[in-house]
Amino acid sequence: MKRSDPRLIAAIALAGLVMALWLVLMSAIVWSTLGASEREAVGQVLAGRIALVFVGWVLGLIAVAAVLRVLHQRYVGAPHRLLEEARVVLAARRPQQLKPRGTREMQALAVAVNELAAQRDRLRADMDAQVTQASERVQQEKDRLAALMAELHQSVVVCNHAGRILLYNQRARQAFRALSQGPQLAGGAELLGIGRSIYAALERQVLAHAFERIQQAVAKGDARPTAQFVTAVAGGQLLRVQVAAVRASQGVLGRSTEVTGFVLMLDNVTESVAEESARDQLLHGLTEGSRASLANIQAAVDMLGYPDIEPAMRERFLGVVREEVASMGKRVTDLAQRSAQRLKTRWPLEDMLGADFAAAAQRQLGARCGCPVTLDAIDPVLWLKVDSYTLLQALTYLGTRLVDEFEVRFLQLRLARAGAHAQLDLVWGGQAMSNETVMSWEMDAMRFGTERTPLSVRDVVERHGGEMWFERERVRHQALFRFLLPLASSQPAPGSLAAADLPSRPEFYDFDLFQSMEEGRELEDRPLAELAYTVFDTETTGLNPSGGDAIIQIGAARIVNGKLLRQETFDQLVNPGRSISAESIPIHGISQHMVEGQPGIGEVLPVFHAFAHDTVLVAHNAAFDMKFLQLQEEATGTVFRQPVLDTLLLSAVVHPHQESHRLEAIAERFNVAVLGRHTALGDALVTAEIWLRLIPLLAEQGIHTLRQAREAAQKTYYARLKY
Amino acid sequence: MTQKKILIADDEPNIVVSLEYLLQREGYAVSIARDGQQALDAIAREAPDLVLLDVMMPIKSGFEVCASVRSDAALAHTRILMLSAKGRDTDLVKGMALGADDYMTKPFATRELVARVAELLAKERP
Repeated sequence: MKRSDPRLIAAIALAGLVMALWLVLMSAIVWSTLGASEREAVGQVLAGRIALVFVGWVLGLIAVAAVLRVLHQRYVGAPHRLLEEARVVLAARRPQQLKPRGTREMQALAVAVNELAAQRDRLRADMDAQVTQASERVQQEKDRLAALMAELHQSVVVCNHAGRILLYNQRARQAFRALSQGPQLAGGAELLGIGRSIYAALERQVLAHAFERIQQAVAKGDARPTAQFVTAVAGGQLLRVQVAAVRASQGVLGRSTEVTGFVLMLDNVTESVAEESARDQLLHGLTEGSRASLANIQAAVDMLGYPDIEPAMRERFLGVVREEVASMGKRVTDLAQRSAQRLKTRWPLEDMLGADFAAAAQRQLGARCGCPVTLDAIDPVLWLKVDSYTLLQALTYLGTRLVDEFEVRFLQLRLARAGAHAQLDLVWGGQAMSNETVMSWEMDAMRFGTERTPLSVRDVVERHGGEMWFERERVRHQALFRFLLPLASSQPAPGSLAAADLPSRPEFYDFDLFQSMEEGRELEDRPLAELAYTVFDTETTGLNPSGGDAIIQIGAARIVNGKLLRQETFDQLVNPGRSISAESIPIHGISQHMVEGQPGIGEVLPVFHAFAHDTVLVAHNAAFDMKFLQLQEEATGTVFRQPVLDTLLLSAVVHPHQESHRLEAIAERFNVAVLGRHTALGDALVTAEIWLRLIPLLAEQGIHTLRQAREAAQKTYYARLKY
Repeated sequence: MTQKKILIADDEPNIVVSLEYLLQREGYAVSIARDGQQALDAIAREAPDLVLLDVMMPIKSGFEVCASVRSDAALAHTRILMLSAKGRDTDLVKGMALGADDYMTKPFATRELVARVAELLAKERP
């Protein structure tokens, strides 16, 4: 039976009390009006019937209770049930109705609630339909984008304005596999991955220069700003990179000037550049060599034309002609054999407004040389065709040497047209220099502080097909380096680049990924959910790192932006250089012959280090794995300075009352499927899943940032030590 | 009038033999240098009136020789006619900027060369 409402019992008790008090009060009033004899008579009459009075009171009470109970049911119980049912309807995911009951008002209330619920259900169904439709569309767009990217023969990488990679295609992955230092180890995943910095793969300064140029172009209203450059990457390979800006959308009105990211198209041009330079040499040999030969022949033939020539001289001139004809014939044959070669690739020179270049040079020279740089007589409409990065390097290099070695106080840039070329002068006042000095500045590889480049000023000039020399202007007491540079083939009118013929942005994808993920805050104070993690595990020959046990397998997976990237994993056997004890084999399943022929820890650790670059390390019982890594620091020179989080300790933070924090136990608690347990990668993936589930649980406890997580872990660590 | 002295600075014997024969026939005193350094030494030693200066030479290029000569006031009278197999106009501009009096691209007609030499020698260098 349902327990009675205590309020009902109290009400009945109160009613009984009131009835009793009423009886006593009435009796007292009647009593007070009686005389002494009457009181005695009444006393006698009542004395025998007091039980009857009591029974009457009880009967009255029962009647009152019955009425109260009916009222209670009608006015308290029924609303209460209605409330509970309404709560169910409130929480229900599917349409549900109240049963009208009770008083008329209550029934009306129930009907009203039902109408509200029905309205809500309709809205919800509507929204669900829209969400489904939208996500289908997004999925379609994604699929289309993926298909499109896969079709491309070029490598494509998209990154946000901070250089974090948001998207790459299969071909980019292949390209970076070819560039990777240890291709068999991580397959390029240590260079290219979602959330990784593009700067790890490509030279930072060249790329930053391109980004900066694009941003400036965008700020000036250029509609389709692009930049391209060739850069040398690992292993001496040459990549040609084309960069385009991705801009924030401003609804239908057009594009904003805020650059949210960049699309990079990469081409490995190592071979074509090598071919090109070989062909250049051939062509060069043919043209210049032929000129010289022709000159020799022509001069000799002219001499042979003199009628009074002595026979001996005649024979000499004929000899010259025969020899030169033979050598020219050979040269042409050589060229014919080798010139059946392919497309022409050049160092890409880009069109750039001369005044823009001069302004950029002024900024950079000023910053690097620490002396005032002025612009003088800059032709405002001249368009150059330059590799602006290397040309700026050359100017900066010459400028710094002038300031450092000749104590030059100010520099000046001039730019003018000189026939079919542009003439760019780097001018300074005062001391001139010897031709030997000029020569060595021209031919030495450029250096900036500790930074070296393989290029000399001469190389840069050659790359432009230009010239450069030193000149004195005695009248003005000035000296200058003059660069002859190519002009852009057709001089575009400023502003004509703003093309209106393209839709404001590609339709096939919604780049919502461009929200910057992190910048501006210390790593320690960034939310756990935003950080990038490398979750890893090692298998070892035994449990005693200081006693000579060694790593035989490293497995790792990456978490970026709260997502486990299963396609970017690290999985590598390591030859420990010692025997694997028989009793450990059943645990990890790795036998001696499996590690033979595998790379040693000295090779694997640097690649793993690169793989884990810029992330927080996560491991289960991290102290154990870190100990093994730290013992290798000296031998391999690879030091892991990243912050480390331990899922064992953090699990204890979240579930302090659980007995076990073994990986299997936690996995079971979180319902994580355990596959390939006790392979390094298998365990790393399980640990990663656990870590993803721990993040929101930690947040419930007020642990949001890396700093807080580390402090909490430390506290439990000490707590556990005490026991 | 004294015999004018001409220095031929070129590392290619096959052109030197013709030029030497030609200029001797024209009545000049001819000497030969086989590379840039020899050319500088010969210019200092013999003070020729005119140098036929090839651009592409070992040790020192014709550009360097030209710049050195022009930086020495004592050699101000030396006329320089640059000869080059480099056909690019940037080379021509550079040669003239560095102080060459004239510049001829190979191949050239010997008659043209003789005419230019005579013309240069007739003018006084400022």
